Amino acid sequence: MNPSEFKFSEEHEWVNSTNNGEFTIGITDFAAGTLGDVVFVELPEVGSEIKQFEKFGEIESVKAVSDLFAPISGTILKKNENLTSEPELVNQDAYGDGWLITIAPKDLTELDSLMSSQDYGKFTESQSH
Amino acid sequence: MSADQNTDLKFTSPYTPNTKNDRAEMLKAIGVKTVDDLFRDIPENYLNPELKIPDAISEMELVQEMEELAGLNAVPGDYASFLGSGAYRHFIPSIVNRLALRSEFMTCYTPYQPEVSQGTLQAHFEFQSMVCQLTGMDVANAGMYDGSTALSEAVLMACRVTKKSAINVLDSVSPQYKEVLKTFLDAPGIKMDSLKDGMASSNESHACLIVQQPNYFGYFEDLTTLSDDIHKAGGLLIVLTDPISLGMYKTPADYGADIVVAEGQSLGISTSYGGPYVGLFACKQDYIRQMPGRIVGRTKDTNGETGYVLTLQTREQHIRRDRATSNICTSVGLIALMSTIYMISQGKQGLKHIANLCYQKAHYAAAQINDIQGYSVNLDRPFFKEFVISCPISPAKINKRLLSKKIIGGIDVSSQIKNGMLVCITETNSRQEIDSLVTALREISAEIGSDEK
Amino acid sequence: MDRSVAGRIGTTLPKLDVPVQDDPPKNLLRESLEMPELSESEIVRYLTQISTFNFSIDHNFYPLGSCTMKYNPKVNDDIAALPGFSEIHPLQEESTVQGALKLMHHLQNILADITGMAGTSLAPMAGAEGELAGMLMTRAYHQRNGDTKRTKILVPDSAHGTNPASAVMAGFEVISLNTDSKGNTDIEALKYVLSDEIAGFMLTQPSTLGLFDTNILEVVNMVRDVGGIIYGDGANLNALVGKLKPGDLGFDILHSNLHKTFTQPHGGGGPGAGAVMVSERILPFLPTPVIDRQIDKSNSEFYSFTRPEHTIGKMGAFHGNFGALVRAYAYIRTLGKQGVPKVSEDAVINANYIRTQLKGIYDLPYDRTCMHEVVFSARNLKRDYGVTALDVSKRLIDYGIHPPTMYFPLIVEEALMIEPTETESKETIDEFIDIMKKIAQEAEDDPGLLKEAPHNTPNTRLDEALAAREPDLRWNK
Ligand SMILES: Cc1ncc(COP(=O)(O)O)c(C=O)c1O
Repeated sequence: MNPSEFKFSEEHEWVNSTNNGEFTIGITDFAAGTLGDVVFVELPEVGSEIKQFEKFGEIESVKAVSDLFAPISGTILKKNENLTSEPELVNQDAYGDGWLITIAPKDLTELDSLMSSQDYGKFTESQSH
Repeated sequence: MSADQNTDLKFTSPYTPNTKNDRAEMLKAIGVKTVDDLFRDIPENYLNPELKIPDAISEMELVQEMEELAGLNAVPGDYASFLGSGAYRHFIPSIVNRLALRSEFMTCYTPYQPEVSQGTLQAHFEFQSMVCQLTGMDVANAGMYDGSTALSEAVLMACRVTKKSAINVLDSVSPQYKEVLKTFLDAPGIKMDSLKDGMASSNESHACLIVQQPNYFGYFEDLTTLSDDIHKAGGLLIVLTDPISLGMYKTPADYGADIVVAEGQSLGISTSYGGPYVGLFACKQDYIRQMPGRIVGRTKDTNGETGYVLTLQTREQHIRRDRATSNICTSVGLIALMSTIYMISQGKQGLKHIANLCYQKAHYAAAQINDIQGYSVNLDRPFFKEFVISCPISPAKINKRLLSKKIIGGIDVSSQIKNGMLVCITETNSRQEIDSLVTALREISAEIGSDEK
Repeated sequence: MDRSVAGRIGTTLPKLDVPVQDDPPKNLLRESLEMPELSESEIVRYLTQISTFNFSIDHNFYPLGSCTMKYNPKVNDDIAALPGFSEIHPLQEESTVQGALKLMHHLQNILADITGMAGTSLAPMAGAEGELAGMLMTRAYHQRNGDTKRTKILVPDSAHGTNPASAVMAGFEVISLNTDSKGNTDIEALKYVLSDEIAGFMLTQPSTLGLFDTNILEVVNMVRDVGGIIYGDGANLNALVGKLKPGDLGFDILHSNLHKTFTQPHGGGGPGAGAVMVSERILPFLPTPVIDRQIDKSNSEFYSFTRPEHTIGKMGAFHGNFGALVRAYAYIRTLGKQGVPKVSEDAVINANYIRTQLKGIYDLPYDRTCMHEVVFSARNLKRDYGVTALDVSKRLIDYGIHPPTMYFPLIVEEALMIEPTETESKETIDEFIDIMKKIAQEAEDDPGLLKEAPHNTPNTRLDEALAAREPDLRWNK
């Protein structure tokens, strides 16, 4: 199930606020499932800026590469270093240990252009046909 | 021409088993009347064009014709040859061709289906391992088309890694290779600067410095200084090397090379008029995701048994398409296999021994030639199996006279070195051949002496 | 290598026949070299044993789509190994290699004739390098005409990955073009993207769907009307040789994978040869060298290298993969003008026979006459029984057949791309058809059997994710 408090983009990224005003970003369970076994994640350096709906990194499975698109804009505060040695975390726990980055958001109104959990569920349903 | 002229072709070929009956049955099952009904998507006026190629011949006639063509070429054995410059004649143990010609190695495709390709995959893994051992580098791929395209791809990789678009090339790098570089670098707009012999001048715009070691003329470069030079400027050191030299000389890795490339032909591959050969490509671990070409990795199967697969494939064109690290697909699998067999066969002792034989014979020849009136060889600078003879007249003229004495002389490098002739001596050149070259050069010197009087 | 035993040697070492020279400078020498230490008999057994783990054309039916895995005549290997070919040095003077140059010159002419083009360069060392040469010629042609704003190349979405990769290496931006529902170039989409910024169109004919694009003349005209170059990826020439000359349709550049159509054994991934043929207007840009023939006063012929006037340059250190060129030439000589059309005819008959016999059992996304290969989809098996193209492929291995190309072209889901080639007999193809039917039945009865396949290979399915996550690329010593 997609966590109800998260917001989702059409490019299959999720974003969720943590307690201290930071936001965490990852890819959805659906996306991880479509990709297959994730083997490598390339993320930008801490401190760099990402822009809503623009590419900020790449994620690779054995036989596919996908661009990562930022669901909202902001400055990168942390990246998930565990993914270097255990990229499979993205498959195992896309909404938890498989997170990609945390950011300081730039414009919270950007969240309004994202989908709710329910809408995303419908969206993926229409995509799998 | 009638549209269906080919349907009743009388001709049969041993390579196409369908008989007239087979064809008729299959066409019936398909639901068409004639073969050309299957070609209806082709605009009619263009179907069945006239071919101007010659008539079919039998295998016997083919062999006769091809032997005749082959006979028009001068072959070492009939001639003593001292040509090198990127293609070398070394002795090839029988097992290299005998094993490589096995149907199982020779007639299979790229190992995309690992369960039915373990032979090829495991051999490529050996290849990668031994290229690493020889060059001292961390990782190697399963081969490039040849040494020159390996070098070009190394430059493109250095530009990706450093995000720079100019390179520095030592001017003692092979001119053939520099021409290939130009083909590859013009379009992406990569600027090529030339670095004069030994003068350190890399700057911050340079993605890399290319050094050939031993250089095109056979001599050793001061890699320690050159390595410092490019690394201080923030670029990568690319070393183009001769794998046979690595049997005894220091590895490029010992000097801090970031990428090492080489022509692998001297490792058990016949000169075959320039190809197919195999380019060796090795680099530091940090850059593996930027490497071009195929890479084999060791892994486990569902039973926990060791096996091999093509890996890191997301770099390649079939997945990353316009963003791939290279467009290379079909490479030179079989040639890589042959060099693998050669390396295993020569092994630890053989590779060192062959390198030493080349060294000894080349130095013997160089000293003899240097003693001939009118000729000189730089014996002060260290060299390996190639060196440049400064001749009394143009090397082209000398080569002509040598040829009449059944000797194929060296490469004319007079555009770079006055009356320079670049010769190569390997273990396959007997003392007798070397001595005959020395005698011939002496005679030619005497002849021109008297001609000119 | 972990098999090594210190002190063993794999070959005898020749002795030094000149006086011992001064030692090389110590500071240049390496301290150690760790390489294998095995006896010759051990090496032969090791490599012979692992060779038997391979499937190969000589042992197995190998209907690998787009790869043209046809039988490779043995005599051609013997011919390429003649000392007069295999032992000549690439830098020998022209007068000492007239046989080699003559062969290359003949092959240039033959390939130009078969493809209907004006000239040939044999320099590129594989298909992808031929593509790169083609793209560089496209670029050079436009630049020569001062036409510098042409920065884009059109590539169909069904194209082989080397196409977009080669275009980018030549400095172009790639515009991907849709395929229509019949498998042809989408004319409306083409109209929409055509402009004076288009340098050319990379077209595979027949396409990777195994279909001849019935819009071809319209496409060629449209692209030429806006000043673009038509580049043909000739990897699929096996469908056309003797039946159609692409040059007649207006192609400007075409590469041919000689290792497919003209039988260079594939060697576990090469070598290949990717000759490029061009129309009149592209001749001055051909990669160097091109072989020329002159007749002197005494009426004797002499073959020599020439450098086309505006050549894009060298594609490799020497003159192309000569060994592969010898084989291609020998093959075409044997077939002659009678045999060449039979190649494509039988290749097309065999593919269509498979198409009609397996239709309805596997989905056929483009249900029309195909050329030398047919693309099925296993999506019906996936939908009904959860069995994928991969599972079908691995199960074929159990029956001693090499899997077809899977998951390519990318626009066909669960793709199984089957190319039987002309060198297979009706019996072999009938057997294949039966096995494919049987596997479809097994998918229904016992999908687990397919999921666990292959059952009899030295390894079961391999963990490719592990290989990519923790690259283990060499033995260490
Ligand atoms: C349609 C097509 N184009 C291009 C290529 C590339 O040719 P090569 O592998 O010789 O580089 C291939 C084969 O792999 C192909 O099937």
